[in-house]
Amino acid sequence: MTTVSWSGEPGTSSGPGPFLSVRDLTVEFSTEDGIVHAVDGLSFDLEKGTTLGIVGESGSGKSVTNLAILGLHDPAHTKIGGEIWLEGQELVSAGSGTMEKLRGNRVAMIFQDPLTALSPFHTIGRQIGEVYRKHKGASKKEARERAIEMLRRVGIPQPEQRVDSYPHEFSGGMRQRAMIAMALVCDPELLIADEPTTALDVTVQAQILDLLKELQQQFGTSIILITHDLGVVANTADNVLVMYAGRAAERGSVREVLREPRHPYTWGLLSSMPRLNSPVDVPLMPVRGTPPSLLNPPSGCPFHPRCDYPRLAGPELCFTQRPSLSPETGHGDACYLTLDQKRELRTARAGEGAQAKDTTQTGDDA
Amino acid sequence: MTSFLARRVAGALVILLIISAITFYLFYAIPRDPARAFCGKICQPETLALIRHNLGMDEPLFVQYWHWLVGIFAGREFVQFGECPAPCLGYSFATQEPVFGAIVDRFPVTLSLTLGASVVILAFGILTGMIAAWKVGQPLDKIASASSVIGASLQIYFVGPLLAFYLVDTMRLIPRPSYVPITESPVEWFTHLMLPWVVLSIIFTANYTRMTRSQMVEQLAEDYVRTARAKGMSNRSVFFRFAWRGAMIPIVTIFGVDLATLLGGAIITEQTFSLHGIGELAVRAVQNTDLPMLLGVTIVGAAAIVLLNIVVDVLYAFIDPRVRLS
Repeated sequence: MTTVSWSGEPGTSSGPGPFLSVRDLTVEFSTEDGIVHAVDGLSFDLEKGTTLGIVGESGSGKSVTNLAILGLHDPAHTKIGGEIWLEGQELVSAGSGTMEKLRGNRVAMIFQDPLTALSPFHTIGRQIGEVYRKHKGASKKEARERAIEMLRRVGIPQPEQRVDSYPHEFSGGMRQRAMIAMALVCDPELLIADEPTTALDVTVQAQILDLLKELQQQFGTSIILITHDLGVVANTADNVLVMYAGRAAERGSVREVLREPRHPYTWGLLSSMPRLNSPVDVPLMPVRGTPPSLLNPPSGCPFHPRCDYPRLAGPELCFTQRPSLSPETGHGDACYLTLDQKRELRTARAGEGAQAKDTTQTGDDA
Repeated sequence: MTSFLARRVAGALVILLIISAITFYLFYAIPRDPARAFCGKICQPETLALIRHNLGMDEPLFVQYWHWLVGIFAGREFVQFGECPAPCLGYSFATQEPVFGAIVDRFPVTLSLTLGASVVILAFGILTGMIAAWKVGQPLDKIASASSVIGASLQIYFVGPLLAFYLVDTMRLIPRPSYVPITESPVEWFTHLMLPWVVLSIIFTANYTRMTRSQMVEQLAEDYVRTARAKGMSNRSVFFRFAWRGAMIPIVTIFGVDLATLLGGAIITEQTFSLHGIGELAVRAVQNTDLPMLLGVTIVGAAAIVLLNIVVDVLYAFIDPRVRLS
C-alpha cells in the first residue's frame, strides 16, 4: 500500500516526484455577502496509479478543490491561490489553452448526476466521440468507433445501437457508465470522480466502483474519489484525505485512517456511519452542530465549535491557533491533542458505544 | 411524425370551426343591420327585405352559418352575385368583390411583411442576445441590454413615420415603402419593404435580445455545460454548440405565441405605411361593417396562426430530442 508522501520537490523533473501535488491551495469566491473561503490552505499528493478518497461534509471544499484542478471555476468570481503541480506542470497559473488541452485528455472528470451532466441535445456517441476528436484529432468515423469501443468497455450492452441513443433513453446506471466512458475515452492519467455513485442505487453503485477499480488496474489511472461515504472509501481508495471547512483534517492510508482515526472529526464521521457488522441497537452518534460558515470561519481550529475536547489541549490553543497537518508525511492530522490523549479518548468513546449497547440490551431483556 | 401531423391538423380544424362559429355569431349578433348598411341611405322597406333575402339573411342564424361553412368547401350560389366557386367566403358588402379573391390578392403583402419581420426579429434578436451573453457584464452587454429596453418601449406608429420622414423624405436613403411583388423584382421587393420590416420588428427584437441573453446565461450555468468544459471544449464551442440548443427551446415557444401579436403589429404597420395588405382589408371591413370580409379575414388569420404553430411544434422536436412527435 502506498502512503501519501512528500518525497521529491514538485516542479523538478528529476526524481520520482508525486504525480499530482497540491500545495497551499486557496479558493475564494466573492459573493454579495462577502468572500467565501471555500478552500483554505490545502495540500495533498497523489501517486501514479493510486486512488485518493476525499471525504467530508457538504461544503467542506471537496468538489471546489477538484474543480480548481481542472480550472473550471469562473475566473470573474473566483480567486485561486497556491500551486497545483501535475507531473512538473503548474496548473493554477496555466493559460486557458493549456487547460483546454489538459481537460478530458490527461485529466478527466466524472460528475455526480449523469442526467444533468450529460447534454440532453446530443447523442451519447457524439458526446463521447467529440472528446476523442478534440484531443486526438480523430475523424468522425474513428470517433464513433472509439465511442462504441468505450461503451463496450464500460459494459453497455449492444453498444453499436446504444451509441446513437440520447441520455434520456438510458437508465441511471447506464448514464453513469456512459459518463465514465466519456471520461476515459482519451485514457486520462488522472480521473476525478465527484460522488460518482450518489445518484445510483446500491447494486449499481457497487458495479460502478468495481468498474473504476478494474479500469484503474488495466490502465494505471490515478483516481481522486470525492465522496461522503466512508464505505466507498474503504472499498476503493488507497489513501484518504478528510476535509473540514476547506482544510485537511486528517490524511493517511485507508487502513490508518479508518482503523486508527486521530482527528475528533474523523471519529465523528466514523461513529455516525452505520455498519453492517455492528449490532443494530447501538445508536449512531452524529457530529453535533452544523458545518461552519465559510464566509466567517471560526477562529483557531475550524472544528472547535463542534469538538467535544477543545480544552484538553490547553485553555486557549484550539480557540486561537490553527492547527496544521502533523506529522508532515504519512498518517497526519490537524489537531493539538497529543497522540496519547487521542488514543485514550478513542478507547473511551469505543467504551461509551459498547456501554450504550449494553444498556439498551438490558433494557430489552427486562 | 405523420400521425402527429394528422392529429395536429385535425385539432387545428376543430379550433378553426369553433373560432368561425363564435366570430359568425358575434358579428351577426351586433345591433347594426348589415342589410341596411348594404341598402344605402335612402332605403325602401321592400328593397331591404329583398336584400335580406338575397343575402340569405332572412334565415335562422345557424342555417346562415351552415351555408357559409358549406360555401368554403363546395361553393355556393348567390341570387345577387351568381355562382361563387369553392372556396367561397361570400361577397364583400362594401365593394361587392369576392372575399376570397380579395384576401388572396392582399395575402402576399402581409405574408412578406410578417415573414420578413420574423427573420429580422429572430436573426437580430438572437444575435444581439448572444453577443450580450458572450460579453456578460461588459460594456457591449450593457449597451445591448439598454438598447433593448429602449426598443421595447417604442411604438410602431411613432417610429414608423419618424423613420420614414428621415430615411425616405429627408435623406432619401431608401425608397418609400410599398409592395412590389417578389416575382416582379426581388430587389425592389426587398428595398421597398425594408423600412416596414425594421419598424415592425423593433419592439419584438428587443424582447428576443433580452430573452436570448438571460436564457444563455442560465444555460451556461447548467451542469452539462460544465461537463463540456471539463471535456476540454473551448468556450466558443461550449457557447455555440451546447448552451445554444438549450436557450433556443423557450425562444421558439415564445415565438409561437408571438406570431399572433406579430400579425396584429402587421395591421398597424400596413396602416402606417399605406400597404395594401390583409390588415388594411380588416380595418376597412370594420369601418364598413363588412361582415363577410371581416369573417374571411378573421378565419384566414386564425388559420395562418394555427398552421404556423404546428410548424413551431415540429421545429421544437428538431431542437430538443426529448420531445417526441407522437
